[in-house]
Amino acid sequence: MFQNYSQPLEFTNLTSWLDAALRENLPEFWAVFIELVLVGVVLLAAYAVLAMILIYVERKITAFFQARIGPNRVGKYGIFQTVADVLKILIKEIIHVNKVDKFLFYAAPFFMIVASVLTFGAIPFGKSLHAVDFNIGVFYVTAVSSLGIIGVLLAGWSSNNKYSMIGAMRSGAQFVSYELSAGFALMTMVVLSGTMQFSEMIESQAYCWNIFNGHISSLVAFVIYLISGHAETNRGPFDLPEAESELTAGYHTEYSGLQFGFFYLAEYLNMFIIASIAATVFLGGWMPLQISGWDGFNQLMWYIPSYIWFFGKVGFLIFLSLWVRWSFPRLRIDQLLNLEWKYLLPINLVNILVMVILVLTGLTLTDLF
Amino acid sequence: MSNLSLFLVVFLSGVILVVGGLGLAILISPKSFNPQKGEPYECGIPTHGTSWMQFKAGYYLYAILYLMFDVEAIFLFPWATIVRELGVSGLTSILFFLLILALGLAYAWRKGVLKWK
Repeated sequence: MFQNYSQPLEFTNLTSWLDAALRENLPEFWAVFIELVLVGVVLLAAYAVLAMILIYVERKITAFFQARIGPNRVGKYGIFQTVADVLKILIKEIIHVNKVDKFLFYAAPFFMIVASVLTFGAIPFGKSLHAVDFNIGVFYVTAVSSLGIIGVLLAGWSSNNKYSMIGAMRSGAQFVSYELSAGFALMTMVVLSGTMQFSEMIESQAYCWNIFNGHISSLVAFVIYLISGHAETNRGPFDLPEAESELTAGYHTEYSGLQFGFFYLAEYLNMFIIASIAATVFLGGWMPLQISGWDGFNQLMWYIPSYIWFFGKVGFLIFLSLWVRWSFPRLRIDQLLNLEWKYLLPINLVNILVMVILVLTGLTLTDLF
Repeated sequence: MSNLSLFLVVFLSGVILVVGGLGLAILISPKSFNPQKGEPYECGIPTHGTSWMQFKAGYYLYAILYLMFDVEAIFLFPWATIVRELGVSGLTSILFFLLILALGLAYAWRKGVLKWK
C-alpha cells in the first residue's frame, strides 16, 4: 500500500559512515568504546541544550500569554537569556544548611537527574536516532520515570523544613496517583500496537497513527495521558507541591545554586519527556503523516526528515501544555486526588476493556480499511 | 552494541552530569560564612522544633491504594502485549482480575478513604 521513500537528510547516513570509519581504523574494542562515549556525550549535550531552549521558549510564550514582552535584553530577542542564567547559577554559592540529613539531602538531585536522563535515553528522536531501545520500552519508561519521585520525597524529608515536607508529601501523593493513569493510558496503546518496543510501535504506525487507529478509545487515552502527564511534571493547574504563595518553593526550598538548578533542569526535561512519549505512542513518533491513496502527498511528507516530524509533534504538545498551564487556576489537593481516583482511573479501566474489544472485533481503522 | 551497555552509558552520563556540574560549581562559586545562613528558610525567626514528625495519614492511604494498582499494572503489561493472540479467552480471564481490583477500589471509595478530611 505504501512505500518507504528514502530521505537524504537522515542521521542514519552519518552514524553508519562514522561506524564504518571507526571500525576500519581501530580495533573492535576501541571502536565500540569510542562509540559508547560519543553516545553519552551527544545525549548530555542534547539534554542540556534542549533544557535551555525549553526554558527560553516557555518564558517567551508565557510572556505572550500575559501580554508582556518577556526576556529581550541578552542578545537579539533575548535568545541568550538562558545561557546567561546557566552561567549565573553555576557561580552561585551552594549553601550548606545545618539541620539537614546530609546524605539524603545531597543524594536527592542524583535521583531526579538520573531518572530523567534514563528516560530521555529511551526516546526515539528520529529514524534509528535513540540511545536505548529495549523490547519492553514502554514499561521501562514508566518504571524509570517513577524513580524521580524518590528524589522529590528525599529532598522534602531531608531538608528539615516544614514547607519542604508538605510540598514533598503533596508531590508524592499527586505523582503516585497520576502515574497510574499515565501507565494505564500507555497500556491501552500497547494493546493496540501489540508491542512494547518503541521502534516497533512507531513502525506499526506507518500507515495510520495510533490516535486515529483506535479512534474513540485512543482519543480518551490520549486526553487522559496528557492530563496525567501534566500532573506528573508538577506544572500548570497541578503545581501545588511548589505553590509559591503557600509553600515558598515546595520541596526544593532549602536547595541553592546548582543543586536547585538540577531540580529546575529535571522539571523542564520531564515536560519534554512526557510530550515526546505522548508523540511517540499516540502521534506516530517520527513517522510522517500518510493518507491511503494520496501517493503524491505521501511522497512529499516523506521528504521532510524524521527528526523534524518528531520535534514538530513534541513542540505542539509542549505548546498545549503551556496553554493549559496559563489558562486554569490551581486545584486544591482534594480536588486533585478526586479527579484521579474518582474519574480518570475508573474511566481508564473501562477504556482498556473497550480497546481490547475494538482490537478483537476488528473495529480499528487499519482492520476496517 | 547491546542495549545493556548503552543503558549503562546513559546511566553513567546522568551521574557524570550531576557530579561534574556540582564539582564545577563548588570550584568556581564563592564561599562565605555566616551563622544565619545555616538556618532553615522559614519565616525569618528561629524555627520551632524539627519537621521530622508525625504527618497526616491521608497521604499514606493513597500510597497503599496506589500499591494495589501498580502491582496490577505489572501483571497487565505482558497481557496487553499479546492480547491479539490470546483472543476472547484472554479477555475473559483478565476480566475477573480487573473486577476484583475494581471491587477493591469501590470498597475503599465506600469506606471513605477517597474523601479528604
